[in-house]
Amino acid sequence: MATTTTRQPVTAARNSLQLPFSISIDWVGLLPFLAFVMVFLILPAWSIVQRALTDGTGTLTLSNLLNLTNPTIAQAYRSTILVSFITAITGALIGGGLAWSITVGNLPAWIRSAVLSFSGVAANFAGLPLVFAFVALLGRVGLLNQLLRPTGAAIDPQTFLYGFWGLCIVYTYFQIPLLVLIMVPALDGLRREWVEASENLGATRLQYWRYVGIPILLPSILGALALLFANAFSTYVTASALLGAIGQTFAVTIVVANQFRTDTFGDPGLGYALAFSMIVVIAITVMIYTYSRNRAERWLRRAE
Amino acid sequence: MNRVRTSPLAWALFSIAFVYLVVPLLAMVWASLTTPRGWTVNAYTEVFSTPGFAEALLFSVRSGLITIVISTALVVPTAYWVHLRLPHLRPLIEFFTLIPLVIPPILLTFGLIRFFNGTPLTNSSQGLYVLLLGGYVVISFPFFYRSIDAGLQAINLRVLTEAAQSLGAGWGRILWNVILPNLVVAILNGSFITFSIVLGEFTISSLLSQPAFSPYMLDLSYREADQATALSIISFAFTWLSIVFISIIGNRRAGAARRALTR
Repeated sequence: MATTTTRQPVTAARNSLQLPFSISIDWVGLLPFLAFVMVFLILPAWSIVQRALTDGTGTLTLSNLLNLTNPTIAQAYRSTILVSFITAITGALIGGGLAWSITVGNLPAWIRSAVLSFSGVAANFAGLPLVFAFVALLGRVGLLNQLLRPTGAAIDPQTFLYGFWGLCIVYTYFQIPLLVLIMVPALDGLRREWVEASENLGATRLQYWRYVGIPILLPSILGALALLFANAFSTYVTASALLGAIGQTFAVTIVVANQFRTDTFGDPGLGYALAFSMIVVIAITVMIYTYSRNRAERWLRRAE
Repeated sequence: MNRVRTSPLAWALFSIAFVYLVVPLLAMVWASLTTPRGWTVNAYTEVFSTPGFAEALLFSVRSGLITIVISTALVVPTAYWVHLRLPHLRPLIEFFTLIPLVIPPILLTFGLIRFFNGTPLTNSSQGLYVLLLGGYVVISFPFFYRSIDAGLQAINLRVLTEAAQSLGAGWGRILWNVILPNLVVAILNGSFITFSIVLGEFTISSLLSQPAFSPYMLDLSYREADQATALSIISFAFTWLSIVFISIIGNRRAGAARRALTR
C-alpha cells in the first residue's frame, strides 16, 4: 500500500515531463512547412481581410465594405453571380447526362475510362487555350461561320462570344468535366440491389428515381453545384482573355485585377474590400460543399 | 428492368456532351491548319522560331523545375513526418493544402503583394521572382501533397524506418536513401502536374510582370493568332502524353510490386 502511494507521483511526474518534450520534438519537424504556409498563404490572405476592415491609418472601419455598392462593382457582381449560377446548371445538366451515361447507363468500359481520363485533363483546360478554341469555333471567321456561309446565315460573335452569353458558353466547357469527376463516384455508389428491391415492391423506373435515386444523390448534386459555382465565380484568365478591357462589367475577378494594376477607384481600401467579399462568397460555397459531402458520405457508408 | 443493356438514352446523353467537348478542339485544330489561301502547317513550324518564344518557354521551364525542387524538399519530409509521428495532424495539413484550391490565384497574388509591400521582395525583379516561385509552390501544393500522401500510404513506412534506424542510419540518410527511392513514382506524378500547372499559369506571372510562357502566348495571339493556337494544341497534347506516360510507369511499378509480393 505504502509503496504504491509513493510510486504514483513518480510515474505521473515522469509522464508529465516526457509528454511536452516529445510533442515539441515532433512539432519541430513541421516547422519548415508551417513557416512556408504562414508566409506565403495564411498571412497574405489575412492581410487582405485586415486591410478590408481598416482604413489607411489602421483604424477599424466598415466604410470599405459599405463602398462595395459602387455601381461598377454591383454590376460586375450581378453578372458574375448570374454567369456562375447559369454555368453551374448547364454544366450539371450536360455533365450529369455524361456521368449518368457512363455509370448507370452502362456505356462500354473503354468509353468510361476515356471519358474519365479526358475529364481529368479538360477540367484544367481553362484559360487561354480554351478561349482560342471557342474563338476558332464561334469567331467572326470561325469554323461555324465558314460552314454557315453557303446558307447565308451567320453567327454574331458580339452576341454569342464577346459578352455575357460568351462567358456562359465558354465556362460550361470546363464545368462539364469537373461535374463528371465529382458525380461519377456518387453514381457508382447507387446499388443495383436498390433498383431490384424497388422493382420487387412494384415500383416503376420513374418511381425508383423519384423516391430512391434522386433523394440519395441530392446531397452530392447540391455539393457539386456549390463547387461548380465557386469554380466559375473565381475564374479570371478565361474571362480576361475573352473579354479584355470590357470584362470589367462581367467578372468581379477582372475588377480586382484592374484595381490591382491601376488604382481604378482611387481608393485602395475598396480593392481589398472587394477581394475580401470574394473570399466570403467562396468560403460560403465551400461550406455548402463540405456539408453536403458529409451528408452524401453518410449514405455511402450506410450502403457498405 | 434490364440494366445490363445500354439504353439509347445513354448514347444520346453521351453524344450531347461529346459534341460540346470535342467540337471546339476540332475547330482549334482546323484554325491552326488553315489560312485564307488553303491548308498549311506553317503555324507549327514558324512558332518555334518566333522571337521571344525560346526565352518565355525557358523562363517557365526553369521556374517549373525550381518549383518542383522546392515542393519536394518541403512536402516529402513533412508528409513523411506526419505519417510517422503525427498521424492525428493529417486533417490539419490536408486543410492547409486545400486552401489554395479555393482561393483564386488572383487573390493570392493580391495578398502576397500587400503582405510583402515595402520589403525587398516587392522592390526588385529578383524579389518578384521569389514571390512568383512562392505562389507557384502554393498553387501546386494540393496536387503535389496528394500525390506524395498516396505514395506514402502505399509503402510500409514504419518498417522501413525502423529497419534503417537499426542499421544506424540518421534522419537525413533515411529520407534520402530509403524513403525518396520508394517515392519516385509519386514524386514524378506530382512533378508532372506541377510542371503543367506552372507552364499554363497566367494570373500570378502576369500580375507580377514576369516574362512567363502564358503571358507570352496571350501577347502572341494578338500578333499571330494561328501560332498561339498551334502552341495551345502542342501544350494540350504534351499534358495528355505526360499523363499517359505517368500512368504507364505507375502501372509497371504497381505490377512489379504485386509480383514481388506474390513471389
